[in-house]
Amino acid sequence: MDWSALGLSLKLAAWTVLILLPLGIWAGHALAAHQFRGKAWVEALLALPLVLPPTVLGYYLLVAMGGASPVGQFYESWVGRPLVFSFEGLLVASVLFNIPFAIQPMQRGFESIAPEVRDAAACCGLSRWRTLWRIELPLAWPGILSAMVLTFAHTLGEFGVVLMVGGSIPGETKTVAIAIYDRVQAFDTAGAGVMSAALLLISLIAIGAAYFTTSRSRLRRRG
Amino acid sequence: MADHGIHVRLCQSGPIPLDAALDCAPGEVLALVGPSGSGKTTILRAIAGLLRVRDGAIACNGDCWFDAQRDVFVAARRRRVGYVFQSYALFPHLSALHNVMEAMLELPVAERERRARDVLARVRLSGLEDRVPAALSGGQQQRVAVARALAREPRVLLLDEPFSAVDRATRQRLYRELAELRRELAMPVILVTHDLDEALMLADRLCVLHQGRTLQSGAPYDVMTRPGTVEVAQLVGLRNVFRAGVLAHDSARGVTFIEWRKHRLEARLQRDFAVGQQVTWVIPQGHIVLHRRDRPSRGERENPVSGAVLECLPLGENVALTVAVNGPDRPPLFLTVPAHTARRNGIAQGVEIGVSLLAEGIHLMPADETRTPARPA
Repeated sequence: MDWSALGLSLKLAAWTVLILLPLGIWAGHALAAHQFRGKAWVEALLALPLVLPPTVLGYYLLVAMGGASPVGQFYESWVGRPLVFSFEGLLVASVLFNIPFAIQPMQRGFESIAPEVRDAAACCGLSRWRTLWRIELPLAWPGILSAMVLTFAHTLGEFGVVLMVGGSIPGETKTVAIAIYDRVQAFDTAGAGVMSAALLLISLIAIGAAYFTTSRSRLRRRG
Repeated sequence: MADHGIHVRLCQSGPIPLDAALDCAPGEVLALVGPSGSGKTTILRAIAGLLRVRDGAIACNGDCWFDAQRDVFVAARRRRVGYVFQSYALFPHLSALHNVMEAMLELPVAERERRARDVLARVRLSGLEDRVPAALSGGQQQRVAVARALAREPRVLLLDEPFSAVDRATRQRLYRELAELRRELAMPVILVTHDLDEALMLADRLCVLHQGRTLQSGAPYDVMTRPGTVEVAQLVGLRNVFRAGVLAHDSARGVTFIEWRKHRLEARLQRDFAVGQQVTWVIPQGHIVLHRRDRPSRGERENPVSGAVLECLPLGENVALTVAVNGPDRPPLFLTVPAHTARRNGIAQGVEIGVSLLAEGIHLMPADETRTPARPA
């Protein structure tokens, strides 16, 4: 069992969720509440990582964040080390790759709120923040939770993009999915099996807990 | 523009056409009636500040809420409007108590809870404060919605078809409750409904809407029996709409004579129409009296007309009759009689019957050439 790889995967997943949570709430809420010209294209762009092969996305990210790119050069001059093949670079790639997994369920969650409920909140005198905090977030909670769990589980299992952008540097960019691949390449099927089982278990617990929490909150709402 | 009550003028050509003007005094219940798509809810939403129309003005108790000319638009959350939505729009994850408490955020929490309990008690929901909306019946949900709307001590109460989602028995009970409650309310109340009986029961004034235009306002009974135009007559469900010529006025007797299909009919005195003028006239079904076929009475002398029953349609305890007066090719007369009366008089299709058109119920309107009822004659 490669504990360092597992720890890195969990850290990457946690950071990805943490960054995408406010971003997803903002974007999901905006997309659910507003109609605007070109909305379909924005939604298509956000959904792109779902259909792009991870290696394609990884390639573009590698080019965009590499030492020859303005982003890569800026980061390197600012931090003193390259963005690609670092945990930070991996995190940027992970955030971008998980955008649809985070935003789409949250958008559906906000869309499930009847427009009259928002109108009622305005007529009750609730401010926008209070409406978001007291009304919209609790009602969209199943969608938000799904988004967080999907993002977390998806990050744990991501392989292609991580390999392209991060390489396989132990303790820095070698995630558990890559460690499993390495073990299989080295004919260590027992080690690969243990890590696969651990990944399976963690994902199952995360998704199971999400389903349990959402069904409980739905039951509570039904009285 | 008077300071008290609410004054609304709304105008726009699209996306929802509006040309509406209405006023509602404190303590008054104004019913907005009209068919689906006539703009009732749009007007209510504009009053609440949930929708901004192109042109017009809304003022409540002297405060300007909206003035397109001066570019004034007060946000919904600052208008102090009590709004009962058609679907109630309760916050589904909050208890009845917290639904009401959300509408009084300016109060300290302890005071908020005490007041919320009081308001819920006022709408007879004591003991159900901790239930979420899904655990309440339709009628109870409606009462929570009313309580939430009142909790804000609104300056105007807007009710958007608040009785449409409950069963008949609950609706009757809620009518009574609203009738009782409204005695205590000092703010203008605007009720949107497509049910004329509901408007007749609950409203002090009625405003008829069609395609975003306010066509006529007045006391409900007046609007329903004395419509200003053929369009209003049709919208309030008057089916007996005919054309006639004015023959004479008799001020001493309070009568205007009209000629309709060679009948000389007496109508209530309506001097607005000149002798010789062509008019449209209507009569509510309640002013048509069936003659007893076995025993003529004195009342039959008032505007008697007769004809063959074209259609005899039982509708529960009543029977809807369609009668051909002066031939089957002309627009018929519609009346409803109790089923037992129809039975006793042996009324059936093809039977010749006589009716009296009560003069008090005959209402004259300008002849409408552009918007005519089906084949008026």
